[in-house]
Amino acid sequence: MYPDSFKVSTPSDREIRVTRVFNAPRALVFDAFTKPELVRRWLLGPPGWSMRVCEIDLKVAGAYRYLWRHDGDGREMGMGGVFREIVPLERIVATERFDEPWYPGEAIDTTVFVEEGNGTRMTITVLYESMEARDTARKSGMERGMAMSYNRLEEQLLSMPAM
Amino acid sequence: MELSGNTFTTSERLDATFAALSDPTRRAILARLATGEASVAELAAPFAMSQPAISKHLKVLEGAGLITRDRDAQRRPSRLDARPLAEANQWLAEYREFWKSSFSRLDELLNESKTGKKKKGKKQKHKHKKH
Repeated sequence: MYPDSFKVSTPSDREIRVTRVFNAPRALVFDAFTKPELVRRWLLGPPGWSMRVCEIDLKVAGAYRYLWRHDGDGREMGMGGVFREIVPLERIVATERFDEPWYPGEAIDTTVFVEEGNGTRMTITVLYESMEARDTARKSGMERGMAMSYNRLEEQLLSMPAM
Repeated sequence: MELSGNTFTTSERLDATFAALSDPTRRAILARLATGEASVAELAAPFAMSQPAISKHLKVLEGAGLITRDRDAQRRPSRLDARPLAEANQWLAEYREFWKSSFSRLDELLNESKTGKKKKGKKQKHKHKKH
């Protein structure tokens, strides 16, 4: 039920949104997103990655820094940013920049926690700053339109005889 | 992710792939090429488009590495190259997968925290500073 609430969408040309409901009170979910000792236990992506650096200075103008490393081949991926707005338990606004960027410039992440039944709905909206970054994000399509066209295309590719 | 001097980085390749795929005509061309190679004239036929217009789209697709074209032959048939598509698809899947895997791990952590909290009694005051 809760995993089913997971959605990735593109609410506008400049945004990508990830949302999910967690079966826990809002204070716990907020802590899990803001306390390094908790964040480093779950924000790891697919199996095989661990967090080498997880620093969070949770205050306006405070910085955060994440660095992941692949346990198998040693690949590293890092990102970080600065907090712009913090409303405890409710809302965090921070900049986001990857060490090896897949879009130009910075993006703004807005993370919102809303109580929903006995659980908490968390929504992260990534807003791309520059026109160029927005376009890159829009091209990435996620989920809708293009991705669907692409899925159809991929089906065709899969059904075609080997070359 | 590999970085090298004279070839595209992964993110540049993805950029080119997504840009090429962002146009419905180009997607239709790729779908047509998925059934086999075709000349510009053959590709232009189903579209209400001139051959030069189709050629422009082919140039974009070729630049993104999504198709290859025979330089020597008179017809210069275009062929689909599915590798950049596979890479783009992998990137999208990875983005989703990153969050999916992380969230299921967070579910476990939150469950643990909830039971842990009961033991300590209901003392969960927040110490986040006001600004």
